[in-house]
Amino acid sequence: MDNKLIVSSAPHFHSRESVPKIMWTVALTLVPAGIGAIYFFGLRALWLMVIGIGSAVITEAVIEKLLKKPMTVNDGSAVVTGLLLAFNISAQVPLWMPAIGSFFAIAVGKMVFGGLGFNPMNPALLGRAFLLASWPTHMTIFDRAVPTGGTVSGIDIMTSATPLNVLKSSQAVLANPQDYSAQQFTDATMAIGKLYDSLDNLFIGRIGGCLGETSVFLLLIGAAILMYKRYIGWKIPFSYIGTVAFLSWMFGGAEGLFSGNPMFHILSGGLILGAFFMATDMVTSPVTFWGRIWFGVGCGVITVLIRQIGGYPEGVSYSILLMNLVTPLLDRMTQPKVFGGRKRV
Amino acid sequence: MSVIQEFTKGFYRQYPVFRQILGLCPTLATSTSVENGLGMGVAATFVLICSNVIVSMIRNIVPAKIRIPIYIVVIATFVTIVDLAMAGFVPSLHKSLGIFVPLIVVNCIILGRAEAFAGKNGVGMSFIDGLGMGLGFTFALLIVGSVREILGNGTLLGIPVLGAGYEPVLLMLLPPGAFLSIGFFLGFFNWLENRRAKSQSQ
Repeated sequence: MDNKLIVSSAPHFHSRESVPKIMWTVALTLVPAGIGAIYFFGLRALWLMVIGIGSAVITEAVIEKLLKKPMTVNDGSAVVTGLLLAFNISAQVPLWMPAIGSFFAIAVGKMVFGGLGFNPMNPALLGRAFLLASWPTHMTIFDRAVPTGGTVSGIDIMTSATPLNVLKSSQAVLANPQDYSAQQFTDATMAIGKLYDSLDNLFIGRIGGCLGETSVFLLLIGAAILMYKRYIGWKIPFSYIGTVAFLSWMFGGAEGLFSGNPMFHILSGGLILGAFFMATDMVTSPVTFWGRIWFGVGCGVITVLIRQIGGYPEGVSYSILLMNLVTPLLDRMTQPKVFGGRKRV
Repeated sequence: MSVIQEFTKGFYRQYPVFRQILGLCPTLATSTSVENGLGMGVAATFVLICSNVIVSMIRNIVPAKIRIPIYIVVIATFVTIVDLAMAGFVPSLHKSLGIFVPLIVVNCIILGRAEAFAGKNGVGMSFIDGLGMGLGFTFALLIVGSVREILGNGTLLGIPVLGAGYEPVLLMLLPPGAFLSIGFFLGFFNWLENRRAKSQSQ
């Protein structure tokens, strides 16, 4: 690149933003939630994050060395991928799991397609999906993930699961009362009541769950910085969260339509982490105004479908992966009309 | 082309799975273990050789307009023989391959060879062609099956090879594992071909 004279067509805007600057900022905004994870789940959380980041960076460096591609590990995107992957696993998975997950995320999720900017899906979520499909038992045990400082409620089953797990199993009892004893039925009703009463714990993060998803408060600090810097827009997160809130309010309750608890569904699981930090990934989300709105709505619909009807208690990661795949179609569908041009034919 | 060339084209130049991208459905479905892959490969090879020979024998009396249905009837005959023989002698393998044994009837490698080769060439050459292509297909199933069985189950032909501490990658036994491993093999063969083309052009 010794030719300094770059000739290109208009517009000749220059932006002071660059990939490394954006990526390192995103990494920094995840730090509060990372510190929260160490506080809630102990020092083991730190090791999982370090291993996740280290494996992602090393994988990218080795592949670029082998393929004789320009070295891009300094741009911070591998760090963000590794950290987000660690945020998406339970605190007591074996230590090799974030290493394998980050390797898969970078190697198959990103480098196979040609590196940053060419990946059709969010690499960190692909890594999580790989881990969840490969070692489902490790990925869905949260019993030692019971955080210091409190539990969701005093009921025993609470200690072994995430709030969404409890909700799913309790709702199964309520839906088929003939299969369970009267005692189990009352327990399930009580469990749901206690879940809905513990919104403050959900907000602060004193619940079982994946490392980085539990504390809504700490995640929102980072998200606010990103929104202030305009690295993420409001369209995807707000349409996503709004759709989840509306649909779980409409269909989430046991007593017919509009009896659900939307606040519980917003605060639990990985929705906040997913909506602000992963659905908004610049590479894998649409660029047009309406494309972004539909992207968020689609994520919300799939999330609620999985939470209410599907087999898994949580559907944020799969909903974002699925919508990543239709991103090119959304962009094409919502292409804006050129100013002064004719109507789209 | 010589006999040797007709035989070896099934392994590289016209490799059915990795070069012509034919026969992907059985490769994806039955490569969960070496045993399944071998069973599928041998069954398909038998059908391929027999159908190639018969199609080549009758090539001059088959009306061109209805040749495809006639080929299918020939192929289906041998598939039925294989199906019943496997059910009788290796019932467990027959059960684990399931619907994919009868589906050999519509295997595109077999119909492809009947249409592209056996319908135009002599009996001897058609036999060699079927043997080469069939063994190439079996080899593809074998290597994909080995990768998936070793990673997904920690075993090779049922014998543990990765030690007791190994936690199998369940994904490799699921459909994504088949797509992933076949994708990497396809990439490898493309890389080989690119290198060959580059060294030839120089």
